[in-house]
Amino acid sequence: MRQGHQSWVFPLKPVILGHAAIGGPFEAKGPLAEDFDILHGDLNLGQDSWEKAEKVLLEEACSKAVEKAGLTKEQINFMLAGDLMNQIISASFSARTLSIPFLGIFGACSTAMEGLALAALMVNSQAAEYVLAATSSHNGAAEKQYRYPTEYGSQKPPTAQWTVTGAGAAVVASQGKGLRITGATIGHIVDMGLTDPFNMGAAMAPAALSTIDSHFRDFQLPHDHYDLIVTGDLGRTGHAILSDLLPKHHMHIPLERYIDCGKLIYGENPNVWSGGSGCGCIATVTYGHLLRRMKQGEWKRILLVATGALLSPLTFQQGESIPCIAHAVAVESE
Amino acid sequence: MADQKKKKLTPVQQEYQELAKGHEPPRPLLRNFTRAFLVGGGICMIGQGIQEMFIHYFHFTEKTAGNPTVAVLIILSALLTGLGLYDRIAQWAGAGTSVPVTGFANSIASAAIEHRSEGFVLGVGGNMFKLAGSVIVFGVAAAFVVGLIKTLFTMGG
Repeated sequence: MRQGHQSWVFPLKPVILGHAAIGGPFEAKGPLAEDFDILHGDLNLGQDSWEKAEKVLLEEACSKAVEKAGLTKEQINFMLAGDLMNQIISASFSARTLSIPFLGIFGACSTAMEGLALAALMVNSQAAEYVLAATSSHNGAAEKQYRYPTEYGSQKPPTAQWTVTGAGAAVVASQGKGLRITGATIGHIVDMGLTDPFNMGAAMAPAALSTIDSHFRDFQLPHDHYDLIVTGDLGRTGHAILSDLLPKHHMHIPLERYIDCGKLIYGENPNVWSGGSGCGCIATVTYGHLLRRMKQGEWKRILLVATGALLSPLTFQQGESIPCIAHAVAVESE
Repeated sequence: MADQKKKKLTPVQQEYQELAKGHEPPRPLLRNFTRAFLVGGGICMIGQGIQEMFIHYFHFTEKTAGNPTVAVLIILSALLTGLGLYDRIAQWAGAGTSVPVTGFANSIASAAIEHRSEGFVLGVGGNMFKLAGSVIVFGVAAAFVVGLIKTLFTMGG
């Protein structure tokens, strides 16, 4: 099952049986609004804190994905989830509500694909019949933990990104109808010494490059194999950098086939600076927008590369640079 | 300092950082300066107006009008923070809104609102000076040093 140095090939081709995306009020105004399963008009979701609101987002995404897979939550063997909060509280507290056997994972914004890759691995190795992979982020909760109080008046630079309020979940199964996961590549940490937490795109782009490079090497694929290569949340800045880096490193991926979820989710809205970010970014765009379009036949093979910046406010204050990671999952239609 | 930091980076890291810098959209400095000047000046002008009002209508002297003026500005700033407007104005105005009184009030009010969910004592009480705390600490320390210098000079003279 291992392919090359750091990849997995899944001969059983696990199926994405159900997938769901939940979004907040700001996402509802974006160009992808129609692709969400549920959109909330209230950033608080009727809760008394942002942390609780994020938990509700994640719970809803999980329930909806299970429902769309035509299952009940009792049938799910394992749940893999993570988020951006300290001690991944959104994931654990959702797992408490859902009471599905739970493994918490953390990969910052790369969590979505970390979960999906592991879910496919579990299903492919017959360790499970149905695995739920989910992740979430909340703009208010993330700002509060990583930056300043949300109402604090500070100006952000053009490289800053807007944390997505949203959650995405997918049910991976051994059998059934749906899109299939054919392989995955686990990335290693790449740190180019960047320290600016308001320029995550530039920090994460090299990690995405490394994982994409490893993926094509491990699977010995031609560079135009995929109809679409998607990065998680590099934003406009990171997308431009990676578009520069790919040819520079002799990776001749047709650049019109390379897109970024952080650029997609809010369109050209200048109020989000460089674009969207957060676990919810690639999760909602993939489980809402991309997989839906794939089912409609727009693309046959896509490579999803979720990028994560593994910093904390503490490491930033202590002057550490930003370690970044990216995980890739290949999805194909039958 | 910057050179020292650079020395620790490998050549590959340095090369990448050069490339990344080239892709960084430049900060609109001229626009930021202009807006900061206008808004910062505007806030001060409002303050001046309030002070004049206290002097003319409430018979304060120029010296005693200072305190109620500051209080009014603080209330306005806290109100705008609570209504969720101050941060939007700040994104537009930049440094213009972080000028002393209103920016300071905003930093306290925003932290207090943000941590209300953790309760009044540990949440609001424990966090409201999260941002303002260092201003107070270093403000007091600086005032002490300046006070000392002033005392030394007046003793000599």
